[in-house]
Amino acid sequence: MSFYGEESRYPGILSWIFSTDHKRIGLLYLITMLLFFATGATLGILMRLELIAPGSTIMEATSYNAVFTLHGVIMIFLFIIPGLAAPFGNFFLPLQLGARDVAFPKLNLLSWWFFVGGGAIVLSSLFVGEGPPDTGWTIYAPYSIRTTSAVSLAVFGVFVIGLSSILTGINFLTTIHRMRAPGMTWFRMPLFIWSLYATAWVQVIATPVIGITLLLVILERTLGIGFFDPAKGGDPLLFQHLFWIYSHPAVYIMILPAMGAVSEIIPVFARKSIFGYKAIAISSVAIAVVGYLVWGHHMFTSGISYEARLAFSLFTFLVAIPSGVKVFNWVASLYKGSIELSAPMLYTLAFIFLFSIGGLSGLVQGALVTNVHIHDTYFIVAHFHYIMFGGAAFGFFAALHYWYPKMFGRMYDRKAAKAAWFIKFIGFNVLYFPMFVLGWQGMPRRYFDYLPQYQDLHMISTVGSWILVTGLIIMFANLIISLRHGAVAGANPWKAATLEWQVPSPPPPENFAEIPTVTSGPYDFGRFRDK
Amino acid sequence: METKKAEYHTVNYGTHVLVWLALLVLLALTIAAAGMGLGAFNILAVLVIAGVKSALVLLFFMHLRYEGFLLRSIFLASVGVLVIVVALTFLEVIFR
Amino acid sequence: MSTAVDSISHEHGDYAGSKIGMWLFLLTEIVLFGGLFLLYSVFRSSNAVAFHNAATELNAGIGALNTLILLTSSLAMALAVSAVQKGEVRAATVSLSVTIVLGLVFLVSKYAEWSEKIHHGIYPNSPELGLRDYGEGLFYSLYYVMTGLHGLHVLGGIVALIVMLVLLRRGAVGRDDFAKIENTGLYWHLVDLIWIFLFPLFYLIT
Repeated sequence: MSFYGEESRYPGILSWIFSTDHKRIGLLYLITMLLFFATGATLGILMRLELIAPGSTIMEATSYNAVFTLHGVIMIFLFIIPGLAAPFGNFFLPLQLGARDVAFPKLNLLSWWFFVGGGAIVLSSLFVGEGPPDTGWTIYAPYSIRTTSAVSLAVFGVFVIGLSSILTGINFLTTIHRMRAPGMTWFRMPLFIWSLYATAWVQVIATPVIGITLLLVILERTLGIGFFDPAKGGDPLLFQHLFWIYSHPAVYIMILPAMGAVSEIIPVFARKSIFGYKAIAISSVAIAVVGYLVWGHHMFTSGISYEARLAFSLFTFLVAIPSGVKVFNWVASLYKGSIELSAPMLYTLAFIFLFSIGGLSGLVQGALVTNVHIHDTYFIVAHFHYIMFGGAAFGFFAALHYWYPKMFGRMYDRKAAKAAWFIKFIGFNVLYFPMFVLGWQGMPRRYFDYLPQYQDLHMISTVGSWILVTGLIIMFANLIISLRHGAVAGANPWKAATLEWQVPSPPPPENFAEIPTVTSGPYDFGRFRDK
Repeated sequence: METKKAEYHTVNYGTHVLVWLALLVLLALTIAAAGMGLGAFNILAVLVIAGVKSALVLLFFMHLRYEGFLLRSIFLASVGVLVIVVALTFLEVIFR
Repeated sequence: MSTAVDSISHEHGDYAGSKIGMWLFLLTEIVLFGGLFLLYSVFRSSNAVAFHNAATELNAGIGALNTLILLTSSLAMALAVSAVQKGEVRAATVSLSVTIVLGLVFLVSKYAEWSEKIHHGIYPNSPELGLRDYGEGLFYSLYYVMTGLHGLHVLGGIVALIVMLVLLRRGAVGRDDFAKIENTGLYWHLVDLIWIFLFPLFYLIT
């Protein structure tokens, strides 16, 4: 019997939303995150529609400000930060470790409740007062203090979501330290778990900083405490410091689990062990650590001191190194492999390509001189979409296609999956590549209107958004329809070696009939040689 | 939740009381140091004493003296992060 | 680091694991307050004189008394945990009760202090503070935010302690299963630790 049929004291849907089973919680995250993603994507489509021509096209400037703010807040806090860790980490961490659940199952459920509750609070800002914040997701003071839009409400929602992130981090760290199966030493853990480990440290250490920052914004708006108000001796730059001290490490929360999934998928579909396992494992931790030293690179043109700019630029170049190590290792893993271009592999290869483009553009931004030219332009917008969408989200889709048969016991239509991938890959690049050019040519970000010289590239970009959305719809339709109509999937359709594939699809409630004893690494495909 | 004897160390009452007395002495010392008019060294002195008090609370009341590497590392990580964050922010602010 | 399997049991939970979880939570609290300490240090470095002047209006005697109260409550808490581990339920009950009472006394004292200040027109964004050097305004904003957030944590701690007292009386917490009370103790000591720094930074920089 799979975990879908497990007994519960609650009937129907309540047996899901009050479940402490990590597999059900993982799926709850998946469903709610995809709903938030759809909302954020819709807002993105609206933005691109508005920008297809100069001047007002479908909305006014004030609405546009609210739309891009909400787009950012939803995509970042409700999709990409929970990312792969919340759905796939929750579902697969215990399975890959050989455990029956996470360390604190009830806390895990509370995490999901905070996530959904916080999301509801954020979305409620659409319907109250003067509408959602129009500050950009970065809510910089002084505007965020003075604007009459519903900043305090939305910001409180984000605070609640942050609690979800912290609790998940605490849960995963404890689980990884305490609940590995017998024989699973640290260096026999799957690389996905290493990435979850590094991510969890960042979640635990960095999130409280945004927590206090958000509280201070609310206090500043309501009580006028003045920390960020020059008229009271405060300093808006201190807001930026506090904000980015979290938000830079946050981007590593976004990308590390996706990198972990990539490290899982490549060995399976190249049929050889990962190249440089230890280097990849340790570079995950290195990225997390060095990532704490670079936040000032978001502030190069804000008026910070020269000495600080030097230091932050140097650290920014350093943090690129462990990411580079990973890319080299992944490519080396492919070399002389027996490559199968399945849907998960296609998304993974796209990840490596798109993430590399995004990462390299980051170097342009990290250099002080070029930063002045492209800061707050579309170049930045292109950069982070290549990393967060082309990187993290494509990694998310890779993981979704990889682990789909295990979670749902069905296989999707593989041709449709590949077609959707192809359309999305084209659409993604048509949508975002022109933004690098636009930005270099001087088009500022968060602008509702623009000079006629930018229109051609904006139009191309908008068309790209339609192509991308078409691909997304085909992908989701395929995955949803296959839930009922897909071919029944066995325990190990990909012939992978990690522990989650040694149990039935979908897994039974207690995961393992007997906790396994681990005697080899996670990418040892020797046992399949004779099959 | 079953707890095996080998896994924990019970601090005896006497140790706790001694630590408390030390804390009281340090409290008195802090107040004295503050009143001494050492100028800029004032804040340094009181912070150092606060640090010593914290160490006592952490090591004995919070058992860190008897805990393993992992728990101590968690605490030290928090200190490390604060040091980095304060240092880099100050680097920025002072040189403006 | 060895693989951890012996003390894990699905039904009985994991003592070491729950302590790890609690310390990680404490880490988040330290960083949370750390952000405020960061603001304090930056504002103090550029408003040293104003901070000094503002601090003279705080009563260092009450501050010291509050410190004494919290330090003693920490002692009581630590004694309670040791008592539970030894199975001395009566001693634990007394100690735990003392901790709670001292916590409440601290809150009452804070309330009195705040009321007095507010009565004299010293509160964030007040007209009175508006007349002074803005360093003093920043000092008192920090004072209210930091002691306020700390006070909320004390309140939360008292609630947790009361729950522990109930569990202790019911036998749900005892010498065979004391992780919860030990972890509650850790939280309480952290609240004390934060005050150990708040006290000199606000009351002793005269």
